[in-house]
Amino acid sequence: MKVPISLTVNGDTYDLAVDPWRTLAEVLREDLGLTGTKVGCGHGDCGACTVILDGRPVVSCLTMAMDANGRQVLTVEGLAPAGDELHPIQKAFVEGAAIQCGFCTPGMEMSAYALLQANPQPSEEEIRKGLSGNLCRCTGYNKIIEAVNTAAGWMVEGAGGPGGRGTGSSAGEGAGGRGAVPLGNAPGCKDGPADAGEGGA
Amino acid sequence: MLPHIEYLLPETLEEACRLLAEAGDGGVVMAGGTDLLVKMKAGGVVPRLVVALGRVPGLDRIAFSEQGDVSIGATTRLADVAGNERIAYELPAVAEAAADTATPQIRNMGTVVGNLCNAAPSADNAPCLLALEGSVSIQGPSSLRELPLAEFFKGPGLTALSCGEIVTRVVVPKVGRASGLSYRSLSARGRVDIAAAGAAALVELADGVCCKVRVVLGGVAPVPLPVPEAAQVLEGTEPAADRIVAAAARAAAACTPISDVRASAEYRRHVVEVLTRRALAQALERAQANAGRAS
Repeated sequence: MKVPISLTVNGDTYDLAVDPWRTLAEVLREDLGLTGTKVGCGHGDCGACTVILDGRPVVSCLTMAMDANGRQVLTVEGLAPAGDELHPIQKAFVEGAAIQCGFCTPGMEMSAYALLQANPQPSEEEIRKGLSGNLCRCTGYNKIIEAVNTAAGWMVEGAGGPGGRGTGSSAGEGAGGRGAVPLGNAPGCKDGPADAGEGGA
Repeated sequence: MLPHIEYLLPETLEEACRLLAEAGDGGVVMAGGTDLLVKMKAGGVVPRLVVALGRVPGLDRIAFSEQGDVSIGATTRLADVAGNERIAYELPAVAEAAADTATPQIRNMGTVVGNLCNAAPSADNAPCLLALEGSVSIQGPSSLRELPLAEFFKGPGLTALSCGEIVTRVVVPKVGRASGLSYRSLSARGRVDIAAAGAAALVELADGVCCKVRVVLGGVAPVPLPVPEAAQVLEGTEPAADRIVAAAARAAAACTPISDVRASAEYRRHVVEVLTRRALAQALERAQANAGRAS
């Protein structure tokens, strides 16, 4: 038997009837047509389905739709302001070539958004930790980390973006006034998993 | 896709217990769902009814008693334990273990109590809570009972819970001032992956002597494994590096690891010795710092 729920997604409230076994990811994609949220592994490991639920990033593939009843959901479709304008995080991903196949990108951007809300000027290590729940199988991690650093700079400046061509083309520089730390990317340094840190011990 | 289950969100604990008791083998309880839903998607668990605790008020609380005992509720998220200032100050390793569990997203969903009830031998949050001699409060359809964590784990995925019972919280007693706790773990994918092995150590000092020591291993036995014979090497002695090495060797000798996709048994036995050594060293360091602060 279907159950009535009310979801507020990107500011719009939807009254829906859902089967009790359906996940938030399924309802967002199939009932609301918001296919920006991707389902990669479906087991909470890859983070492609990351959305912001009541201000916190969660994997929507392991969130029951009924658990989102009455709550606020932000998806990648709600990240950009109205019109054609992109969110600074999205701009930084595009300008910094932080996108390869693009499948992980919405989840990466939502995790980046949550990180920058909580910590507007993260260090490289904090960015890597913040994105440690998101996998990119094109393995383009360095560009993604740089893009988040660039976006942080723009957002702190309050400019909301580079405004035009010629700025922000490389992370660190584009961040300008925030005194952004140039991200360590030594020549020959292999691009590794986002949280490949010290291995935990 | 999940199997076509019935999913209920009762608003009281009594209702949750009743629903579970009525459903018998067909019912399971869910806190954050980050383990259960994965098992259900894989077909490993196929319940008829899932009873979720998310709407039961008060279960998400972290509370400190007047005596200083810490209580972590059944639906308290890993992120809330990791970010709790008082836990981070008094029991930093408990906060660190929660912060080292899985990913940021999973920590916003999964719970410490759920990590215990899932009863994986490698559960990141079990070793510290066992070292602290924690206990769980268990609500059944007609009664409430307290059970030491040491009696809670029965095997991989198995606990002492019976039909209709729900763990409502885990409680750890206040530790002595001159105590230090540490948890060290190792997994293939940074902190994201399930730990291949882990070790928790608790050291309490009195007049420069280790008056109380606990060593608990994760991922190297069917259950999270307290190793009293390792702790005994240090108890009653002045802390010394060679005794830490000897204690770690006893820990390695006591474990019964298996080989699986995460690590071979041989590697686990080797690494758990290293982790025990590091955990004891850090616990001792913290105990000495706390002893200095207390005096």
